[in-house]
Amino acid sequence: MDQPLRIVIAKPGLDGHDRGAKVVARALRDAGHEVIYTGLRRTPEQIIETVRDEDAVLLGISSLSGAHGHLFPRICETLREHNMGDVIVFGGGIIPEDDWPPLFAAGVRALFGPGTTSEEMVEFIATAVQRDDAGVGHGAGWHWNPSE
Amino acid sequence: MDNRIEAAKEGDRRALARLLTSIENGELRFSEPHSGGSDWKILALTGPPGVGKSCLLDRMLHEWVDHGLRIAVLAVDPSSPRSGGALLGDRVRMSVVDDDIKKKSVYLRSVATRKTSGSVPLVVRDMAFCLLQVGWDKVIIETVGAGPSEVRCAAVADRIVLVEGPARGDGVQAEKAGLLELADAVIVNKSDLDGAQRHANELRESLHLGHEDAPDVHLVSALYGDGVAEASSMLLTLEQSMRAGRARWRERLLSHHERLLLEHPEFDSLLMKIEEGLMSFEDAYAQLRDGNE
Ligand code: B12
Ligand SMILES: Nc1nc2c(ncn2[C@@H]2O[C@H](COP(=O)(O)OP(=O)(O)OP(=O)(O)O)[C@@H](O)[C@H]2O)c(=O)[nH]1
Ligand SMILES: [Mg+2]
Repeated sequence: MDQPLRIVIAKPGLDGHDRGAKVVARALRDAGHEVIYTGLRRTPEQIIETVRDEDAVLLGISSLSGAHGHLFPRICETLREHNMGDVIVFGGGIIPEDDWPPLFAAGVRALFGPGTTSEEMVEFIATAVQRDDAGVGHGAGWHWNPSE
Repeated sequence: MDNRIEAAKEGDRRALARLLTSIENGELRFSEPHSGGSDWKILALTGPPGVGKSCLLDRMLHEWVDHGLRIAVLAVDPSSPRSGGALLGDRVRMSVVDDDIKKKSVYLRSVATRKTSGSVPLVVRDMAFCLLQVGWDKVIIETVGAGPSEVRCAAVADRIVLVEGPARGDGVQAEKAGLLELADAVIVNKSDLDGAQRHANELRESLHLGHEDAPDVHLVSALYGDGVAEASSMLLTLEQSMRAGRARWRERLLSHHERLLLEHPEFDSLLMKIEEGLMSFEDAYAQLRDGNE
């Protein structure tokens, strides 16, 4: 019997836009997952402690404030430092495509902007958990490409 | 068998979290650890949705940690029966887990009800035993927001604390049987709002009508902190009310039975067969019951 996946949805930094994160949390619940939302304004340390204590398999980070370039790699690095390299990290929000390559290189496996359908997120998750190289510990490497 | 237990005892939270996942997924069981002393180990905090169980628990955790206790919380939220998914929302209210000093003394785990009915799945009992065995002093279970008839938490906890809110009108609420009869203590939250004091009075009246061994009713505001220090120290020494002994065993038997059925490997396929008319309800039930001696 398949168990639901445990997923943390996090809002790091000072960003106060939480609509998107809540929409995503709901969509993932409706797709059969168990979603833990951190609430606003968490530090990278608080976020990874939540992932650790809740034994989440995936971590979704939402950022609309422009701080993704700093925060996302910090979170990936902190996960690796804490021996949590098997956690799969993905993200979304307002993130210009020019900023994507360094985030993928840091270990983020997918980025989703405004208008993303829940089908696509769910498909990414199903694909990522099947792979053995999707954990953030694998660093740069595979990332989601919708046309695949 | 499991070096995660040793690791968890030494403070490895990831190992602990993984152990709990294994229990939740039915791969591992824990039984009641031997405990010295007569104080309680597992307390359930229950009450209607939105009365402030999580906010109040957060306040009390701050107090208990100041007393030097190490406390684990299992916060239960409902799974959607349709998708099987869940939004586990209690954590958002818990400031204590983000407190740089106190967070070491608190472990919070969100739990979905998955397929069980009622306000607490029985695996939560094994999860609580595991937490006690690896060294946490006490375990608090926050149940799903529960109506007065959802008394299943009696199956998993040594003490039951009912959280109520301001009166919702007619006073009939306080006459309702169920949770109120099982509670070892009653806390009326939101004392900053109209009707809280009145509801506390109604509850006291109806409890004393019913029995001489009536639980205390405390008035608090989780928002402003009024009464919280008193309530938290009262809970630490809370005695089990004698009224509820039999009802506890009853709930324990019922939830044990439910768990046996749910853990039957054919549960889902039998359910499907009934739905599709391929099997009668009676035959399916007999198979579930007998396959699980
Ligand atoms: C609504 C809104 C607000 C509301 C927020 C209400 C709330 N509680 O969320 C209010 C009015 C408070 C607000 C304030 C501000 N805002 Co504003 N806001 C917006 C606006 C118009 C819409 C955002 C929104 O809710 N969209 C709807 C949701 C459902 O979509 P979404 O968040 O994009 O999420 C989707 C995807 O991105 C993705 N996704 C998002 N997160 C995640 C996470 C994961 C894991 C995954 C898989 C997917 C995913 O999936 C979602 C569903 O499809 C945007 C402009 C825009 N068009 O995006 C500006 C915008 C985000 N705001 C902006 C700014 C600058 C601000 C302010 C600083 C001041 C200002 N100028 O208004 C303040 C700062 C507030 C703060 N403390 O952070 C800028 C940000 C610029 C930047 N990044 O460089 C934007 C882009 C507007 C702009 N063009 O200038 N804002
Ligand atoms: N006025 C007032 N509001 C409160 C108080 N305590 C909690 N609240 C508010 O009540 C709402 C629900 O609080 P929670 O702690 O999430 O309630 P809960 O009982 O845990 O809810 P569920 O877990 O969903 O059943 C929140 O908006 C709180 O801010 C209080 O003492 N006074
Ligand atoms: Mg709650």
